[in-house]
Amino acid sequence: MALSREQIAMRVARELKDGFYVNLGIGIPTLVANYVPEGMEVMLQSENGLLGMGAFPTEDEIDADLINAGKQTVTTIAGASIFSSAESFAMIRGGHVDLTVLGAFEVDVQGNIASWMIPGKLIKGMGGAMDLVAGADNIIVTMTHASKHGESKLLERCSLPLTGAGCIKKVLTDLAWLEIEDGAFILRERAPGVSVEEIVSKTAGKLIVPDHVPEMQF
Amino acid sequence: MSGFDKVVSSYEEAMAGLEDGMTVIAGGFGLCGIPENLIAQIKRMGVKDLTVVSNNCGVDGFGLGILLEDKQIRKMVSSYVGENALFEKQLLDGELEVELTPQGTLAEKMRAGGAGIPAFFTATGFGTPIAEGKDVREFNGRSYILEESITGDFAIVKGWKADRYGNVIYRHTAQNFNPMAATAGKITVVEVEEIVEPGELDPTQIHTPGIYVDRLILGSFEKRIEQRTVRTV
Repeated sequence: MALSREQIAMRVARELKDGFYVNLGIGIPTLVANYVPEGMEVMLQSENGLLGMGAFPTEDEIDADLINAGKQTVTTIAGASIFSSAESFAMIRGGHVDLTVLGAFEVDVQGNIASWMIPGKLIKGMGGAMDLVAGADNIIVTMTHASKHGESKLLERCSLPLTGAGCIKKVLTDLAWLEIEDGAFILRERAPGVSVEEIVSKTAGKLIVPDHVPEMQF
Repeated sequence: MSGFDKVVSSYEEAMAGLEDGMTVIAGGFGLCGIPENLIAQIKRMGVKDLTVVSNNCGVDGFGLGILLEDKQIRKMVSSYVGENALFEKQLLDGELEVELTPQGTLAEKMRAGGAGIPAFFTATGFGTPIAEGKDVREFNGRSYILEESITGDFAIVKGWKADRYGNVIYRHTAQNFNPMAATAGKITVVEVEEIVEPGELDPTQIHTPGIYVDRLILGSFEKRIEQRTVRTV
């Protein structure tokens, strides 16, 4: 069975370490915050200018002056700091964020990522995604392995305009956990009940399959 | 106005001198920390062919979105647009031009513009469509693109508190692009929720020193929320 949104978030959460500063993109990445292991402290960075983002506010706590990068009302945790967007992207570009998790339309064996623009469709903009992928060393891309029509999104070469070049090393899809090394995807783990054959058939880019590919446990 | 006193008493006075074809840099992220009354004044003035530099373009009927109603904006420089139907329509009809700029690059373009730095190298966008036509240089084995900074004829800024000398403090994430915008205008206009006497604000807490501010006005704000998200427990 393909991973659910929650299982994707749970699997990403296993990559967290105590004391990590983490930037979570909009969508599934946001859910990772729900699965921070007990006893571990991580601080969430929001690129509009907040480090130490807390939960959504209660009705009484809502403050129009306190939002996240998704423009949602949020709260701060004890020890949070707030700063300008220039300062925020200095942190991101300067490589100070320990882990970045974001979505994508396509990735390829060269570590390229396409996530912001589909030619012919209305282009809304890249927001902070280009800065995030260029600035972070440790990025996890979460995405579906193939389109609804079964076309692979893990390619030899991205077909869509790029968000960043050569910057992705880890990909978690609904079917598998993969790493990108030396021009190939390496299959590290598979979703429970998903066969290696299925993953091979849905991966268009060069894929290396080690002798043993463990099944993810939840 | 005398000496360092930056306070003006009307929005007409605050935006006096804004003309057709000028570039306006606006603070704000989404609808958070936007200079909503200064934007409304630009609408009342009816100036056209503006280039507006702002992370977003408001929503239909609020924020910078209201400047689309009378087609006052010719070009937007933003990282993310299209939260408004009118924007989409004018873009598709060719009445509006948009220069999409990565969010961090946009922030740095304003910062650099205000700091007298004409251009800077960044890895952001290398190998992507936004690198087209830009100079590339390698530093320590990595490729960077040259991005030019931005200054404006006017900068419009939303602060929380200021003293009469234009020393400004922002509140929470309403800070966002405002401090950089404040540095990058030939004429910088700041509207705030409270104006106090010089000496009442702690000098170490000032976000925008008054040297950047030309005009200061007291406003009242709707502070519309774009994504009202709450938890139930």
